[in-house]
Amino acid sequence: MPVVMDANRIGRTLTRIAHEILERSRGIDDLALVGIQRRGVPLARRLATMINQIQEEDGTASSAGPLATGALDITLYRDDLRRHAASAQPVVGRTDIPFSIDDKRILLVDDVLFTGRTIRAALDALIEFGRPKSIHLAVLVDRGHRELPIKADYVGKNLPTSLSQSVQVRLVETDGRDEVEIQE
Amino acid sequence: MKKDLLSISDLTRDEIYRILETADAMREIGTRPIKKVPTLRGKTVVNLFYEPSTRTRTSFEIAEKRLSADTLNIAVSASSVQKGETLADTAMNIEAMSPDMIVIRHASSGACHLLSRICKSRIINAGDGMHEHPTQALLDAYTIRQHKPTIEGLKVAIVGDLLHSRVLRSNVLLLTKLGADVWVCGPPTLVPRGMQQLGVTVSTSVEAAIDRADVIMMLRIQQERMQGAYFPSLREYFSLFGMTSARVALAKPDVIIMHPGPMNRGVEIASDVADGPHSVILEQVANGVAVRMAVLYLLAGGVEDEVAA
Repeated sequence: MPVVMDANRIGRTLTRIAHEILERSRGIDDLALVGIQRRGVPLARRLATMINQIQEEDGTASSAGPLATGALDITLYRDDLRRHAASAQPVVGRTDIPFSIDDKRILLVDDVLFTGRTIRAALDALIEFGRPKSIHLAVLVDRGHRELPIKADYVGKNLPTSLSQSVQVRLVETDGRDEVEIQE
Repeated sequence: MKKDLLSISDLTRDEIYRILETADAMREIGTRPIKKVPTLRGKTVVNLFYEPSTRTRTSFEIAEKRLSADTLNIAVSASSVQKGETLADTAMNIEAMSPDMIVIRHASSGACHLLSRICKSRIINAGDGMHEHPTQALLDAYTIRQHKPTIEGLKVAIVGDLLHSRVLRSNVLLLTKLGADVWVCGPPTLVPRGMQQLGVTVSTSVEAAIDRADVIMMLRIQQERMQGAYFPSLREYFSLFGMTSARVALAKPDVIIMHPGPMNRGVEIASDVADGPHSVILEQVANGVAVRMAVLYLLAGGVEDEVAA
């Protein structure tokens, strides 16, 4: 099975996204990162750390301190819970957003963007916590095959796939190593 | 998960942990400004309570509403039960309106099992007579896990009216399944026969039962179920079995005191213990909502028996 991104590549890609986020925002005082469980959560934390580091090197560190990050679990908002009534319910993960999202610019972070249904559920879930000024989306891999009108603002890698393939992202925090693999 | 939750014996160890971990996620929903998720939208849950209940009924109703289910409460005192309708007929009539789940509390042991046989809806036992009260045991286990690293190996003393207590039976099944060292204690007249066979230590000395205990669980003296003369007086019961701060001192310094409610202050538990630093009684109530949300969510999924068939 081909490994399409290794640890170095993932590191460089995330650094690039961190720069892009800074480039496109004037000031990041009202920016907060929310990772989607499970692998979006460590990705959001890494991006936040990188953004803070870049700013320290530039001497433009925010007076507001390190970027706020949160974790969002979308299981209870899935649109297929009723469809799979024959199987056991999916495991519900932790949601932890320890700040008010009101009037913040929220950057949602996930590992793979596929049908867009996870992001649809994430938007619903997030709106329950308040009214952010804006919501943007960053993903490590965009594998295409959208079923909803959803597009990422920051993409690590566009990865053309067929529907029969699956894209497996592994991260040190959740899987012991960093890599992206395509499985048939 | 099986179709229904009638007894703790329906659950494997893994399923119990699954419920407790899901409850952890559900608890966060109660801290949000909008305490609601759309998960059970369009599902109908009937709360059928044949016995008085404040905590359990309210707790189930809040749990159902937080998951966006449509809920309705049947108050038996204002229903056709008063006109002589049997439980089976009431159940079949409710079933005809195709609810997804029925939460039942009934004074007869096994009432929920009868419903389980005649209804397609998922049945949740919210207390059947002197038999079981599974969601109470689950929320007790959840509360213990908040205070203790693991349930395995803990000494848990359950003190009070063992004979009439469904909370006792569910807790004994659950705690022994998770590897706790369970001691049960009460007046000899209130100890059911065969208790030892459930893998617990039976004692009629409250001091022995709570000695170095990690958890003390008090059971209510159920005066409404006591037709016989089980003990001479409530004052004598209190002096022999009541949980006083002097007795609490025999347990471990970090002991937690639990009570499923409603409490008889000055009968099974002294007021200063009920309101004291070791008491987690109100935490139990708060956790009840999260645990019931977890049970409702997990039961709304598929049935393993059906998948296998």
